[in-house]
Formats: sequence, C-alpha cells, structure tokens
Amino acid sequence: MAIKVTIPTALRRFADNQASVEVQGKTISEVLNNLTRQHAQLRQHLYSDDGKLRNFVRVYVNDEDIRAKGDNAPINENDEISIVPSIAGGNLAKVDPVVKDRAKLTNEEIKRYSRHLILPEVGVEGQERLKAAKVLLIGSGGLGSPLALYLTAAGVGNIGMVEFDTVDFSNLQRQILHFTPDVGKHKLQSAEEKLKAINPNLKFTPYNTKLTSDNALDILKDYDVVIDGTDNFPTRYLVNDACVMLKKPNVYGSIFRFEGMASVFAPHLGGPCYRCWYPEPPPPGLVPSCAEGGVLGVICGIIGNIQANEAIKLIIGKGKPLMGRLLRFDAMDMSFREYKIPRDPNCPVCGKNPTVTKLIDYLEFCGIGRGGEAGGTSGDSIVDQKEEGLGPDDISVETLKKMRDAKDDFVLVDVRNPDEFEISVIDGSVKLPLPELPQRFKELPKDKLLAVHCKMGGRSARAVNFLKQQGYSKVKNVAGGINAWAERIDPNVPQY
Amino acid sequence: MKLARVLLEQIRRHLEAGYPNEACGVLLGKDGVVTEIAMADNTRTDSARNRYLIDPLAYLKIERAADQRGLEVLGIYHSHPDVAARPSQFDLDHAWPNLSYLIVSVVKGKAVESNSWLLREDRSQFDQEAVTVLD
Repeated sequence: MAIKVTIPTALRRFADNQASVEVQGKTISEVLNNLTRQHAQLRQHLYSDDGKLRNFVRVYVNDEDIRAKGDNAPINENDEISIVPSIAGGNLAKVDPVVKDRAKLTNEEIKRYSRHLILPEVGVEGQERLKAAKVLLIGSGGLGSPLALYLTAAGVGNIGMVEFDTVDFSNLQRQILHFTPDVGKHKLQSAEEKLKAINPNLKFTPYNTKLTSDNALDILKDYDVVIDGTDNFPTRYLVNDACVMLKKPNVYGSIFRFEGMASVFAPHLGGPCYRCWYPEPPPPGLVPSCAEGGVLGVICGIIGNIQANEAIKLIIGKGKPLMGRLLRFDAMDMSFREYKIPRDPNCPVCGKNPTVTKLIDYLEFCGIGRGGEAGGTSGDSIVDQKEEGLGPDDISVETLKKMRDAKDDFVLVDVRNPDEFEISVIDGSVKLPLPELPQRFKELPKDKLLAVHCKMGGRSARAVNFLKQQGYSKVKNVAGGINAWAERIDPNVPQY
Repeated sequence: MKLARVLLEQIRRHLEAGYPNEACGVLLGKDGVVTEIAMADNTRTDSARNRYLIDPLAYLKIERAADQRGLEVLGIYHSHPDVAARPSQFDLDHAWPNLSYLIVSVVKGKAVESNSWLLREDRSQFDQEAVTVLD
C-alpha cells in the first residue's frame, strides 16, 4: 500500500527535491523505514545516532501527532503522513542575575573593590549584587576553604556555612582556611575568624550541624546560591534535591586524587540537575572517599575557585554559566575537558513527572547502612562511625587490644594498600590489600578467627563480606580501623 | 541570503516587540531571495527568555500555505535577547539543514546586529552566510 509522505522544504533536497513521495508500508514505522531506505540522506536528520526520532522531528498522520498513538499504529490508504520540523532554538548563555537586590557600597568598599568596579561586566551594579548576595557553603573543608576565602574577598556580603567538624592535623594539607594553631578548634569558629579578618563587614551565619533531610530545606531556603563542597554521595544527593525543590542554583564540585570536576546544576534556569547526570549513586564503596584514596591538596584550590567563579557569575548575571556542562580537570595531564550533561526529561527530581517530591533518607538511598555494612566509605562528614555503634560483624579496637593482650589465637588482617603500610601498621598483622583479596584469600586460615582492619573501617567491612561469601565464618571487622587504634589504644601509631 | 530592507526592518520590529523574550518567525521566498515573512508565536512558556519553539502544526500551516502560492521556506529568524547574534549549542542541536537561521541580537529592547547561519551537512557546526540587504 503506497502512502503519501510530505517532506518539509528543509529536507526536500534529500528527497530528489520532491514535496511529497509515495512510500510503501502498513504502519507508521514501516513507512518511515522505507522512506529513509529510499532516501538515505534523510536518515541522519530524522534519527539520532541511537535510532530514535530526533526530538525536534514531529510526524503527523493527517493532522494528528503520532506520539499520541505510537509509531506502530496501522495506517489507511488515504492517510497522509507529514514530517514536520519542530523549529526550536535559543541560547543557554544568558541568565538573569540570581541576586535581584543591590546593597549600596560605602566609600571604603568602593576603594576595596576598585579592581572589580572598573570591569564593565562587574561594575557598581555587580558589586552591589555581590554585597547583597547570600551564599551557602556546605562544608568548610578542601573546597569550602578556597570558596569561603575568595568569595569573602570578592565582596559577597552574606555567607552561611554548614559544618560540624573540628580542625584536624590531616586537614591542613588542603583546607587553607584553617591554620596549625586552629587544630582542635571548631571549623566554624576558625572560619569566622579568618573571613572576618578579610572583610569585617561580612555577615557570617554558622550552622553547627550535619545537613540532614530534616533541616536542609530550612537552612537552604533563604540563600541565593548553594555551593556543594561535600565529599560524599548522601549529602550530594540531599543538596541536589533540596536545591531543585527550592529552585536554588547548586554549584557542584568534587575532587579525588589528581582529578576534579565542577558544574552548575539549576533546572529552574534551564540546565540539568545532578540526578540528570547520575540518577542513582554508585554502590557503597565503589568510589572511595578522599580519606581512603587521597587527594592532592592544590586540586581543592583549582576546583574550589572554579566554583567561586561560577557563583560570582550567577550572582551578577554575566557570562556563560557552567550549566549543562561538566568540566573535568586532570592535574597529571594538566588538562581540562568538557562533557555535555543533557537535562533528563524523565529525571525523578527535575523531570516532567517527578517521583521524588520531598526529601528522602539519603543514607538509605545510597545503600549506607546505619551501624553496618560499608559505614565509613562515604567520606568523613556525614557518616560518623563512632556514633553509628557496632554492627554484628564489628569489634571495637578495645576488644582487639584485649584479644591481643590475652594472646588469643586469631589473625589480624590489614587490607589497606601497600603505600599505606608505610605510614602505619599494627604489629603482627598479615598484609593483604583489598584489591588482591579475591586472588589471595586462600592464604587465610578458615579455622581461626580473622580480625580485619583498614584505615577507618570501610574497606575492611567489604573484605569481611567477601570472606563470609567464601565460606569464612569467623571474621570480624575492626570498627574505626587503624586510626581508631591510634587514637584510642596506641598513641605511637600515627593517624592519617 | 537576500532580503529587502523593509523586510529586515519588519523582522527587527517584531523581535524588539517580543523582548525580553525570544521571538521567532519564518522566512519565505524563492531562489534565495526572501520575499515575505510569517511571524510565529514562541510557544515556550517555561523559559521563553532563552528558548523558542514554533508549534509544529503552526509551522505545517505556514509551509502548506507557502507551497500553494509557489513559495519556499528559506529560513527561520529568531532573537537572542541581550546576547550575541551567534548560534548557541542548543540552536545547533535543534537545527535543520538547508535553512537560513537569521539571528538578531536584541539588547535592552533594541535590535542590534543580525547574522545568518547555515547548518553544515554533517550537523557538526553552523557556518555564517552573507546577508545581502536590497534597497
């Protein structure tokens, strides 16, 4: 049966300059397949690489859009099929300043910000928006440090900071907001002292808490821009979802080893959200935290300042935001690469029919049990192992000490990486790095109790699960790992 | 692409009237000469300030009417409010071949530069084309 298909002007050149062609077929998809077989050049303009009709191509049967019936619907002899361009375009570059208010500058501030004021793109208007701006930093660690310092210096008038931790020696290699004399001090206090020293007019609002589903909306709601400087998936999803719900731009950054990434998530401004990119978190433990995998300190400055740069552009409404784009930095190659992140129309949070309309339990969503499996793998700012209590497979470092003192017959297994053995060890342990465990586990005796440890308890929990699957029944995880041992049992062992 | 100055002025007025939203329309004519324009509604309600969409049925009607009168769709015009008259990635992703894309930058409500662009056949990028304004 021959069906008449009308071709839009734009594509006629690919159909022998005909306004309509006759094509055989009993269903819409048959007709379209035969059409693109007869006129092969049409194919790349009608179909994307994955074989789907491009989203700006509409097909009508008579005057009805086929999407209503599906393209397997039968057609009749007198039907006419029309290929119709959905003419669309526009530019993503321009966004209005997210800060609508302006706060007048004093003469002292005019002098302070003179290098900004003479930039036409910033000017008095932009600087006054910066002064009126309210920016929330989630975390004051590696990324939060340069963010807070530069945004304060740039004249952001109101900074909120969510942080519950105190300064530790291991922070000083990258968290440049905190100095050696601050060790032991609350990070919020340390931050406030430094930031106020840069700009005494700063309004600093500390939130001495973990960000949770219960408090997130309340904390975020008054801010213009939210900047995610966290190092774990539960908080990342929590920040994303709360920002989508409150229509706040979320300036994202993450760092690991020698790499960093940054993007701006803002569905209300036309871009994607974090879930458009990663609908679901990786299984717990697959992506190690910086505490497990390490991070080159300077990466924090590079990525944190990219985030600060994007926040400032959003506030003053200038430039092309890093929206719909992911910037990935590699310090070893010294290269930046950009990846497109399209918006997902079926995104569970920012899509057309969202299924997540209120904040959920993000620890559960990320598969992180409370008091059990893989507790320490998500970074150190949301899951605090000491508070989680011991799971059924866990033993405390105090129990381990008693077992050693009593000369119990057991094997202590260290599953950290060889580089870490050089930092610290517990005497008498068997060294078997987790990646080698699947090949080498048979070296371990089945009849003896095995006590498995790593740095903080995350990797050893995975090793315990693995060994149990291999038929080892007497396996225990040393909760808190060698760091807990160093902190509570043997002060001669360094913590890292 | 060639078009008469009065048509270019009509286009500019139409796009200025749409400011701060994007506005759009269709260029009709023959043999590379635009002889008339068909204004279209920007049917985007969510982010009309940086997006435009011509309803496919409305476009179908414009094209059918042009066919009946022996005219062709030569291109599409649209505004870029407060940004340059250069195609965006989004324009590229949604572009059709063999059409002139006339983009007019409208800054603070006033039409400034206008440039016309053609999609490369492999869809990789736009190339700028000359616009001859006929007095």
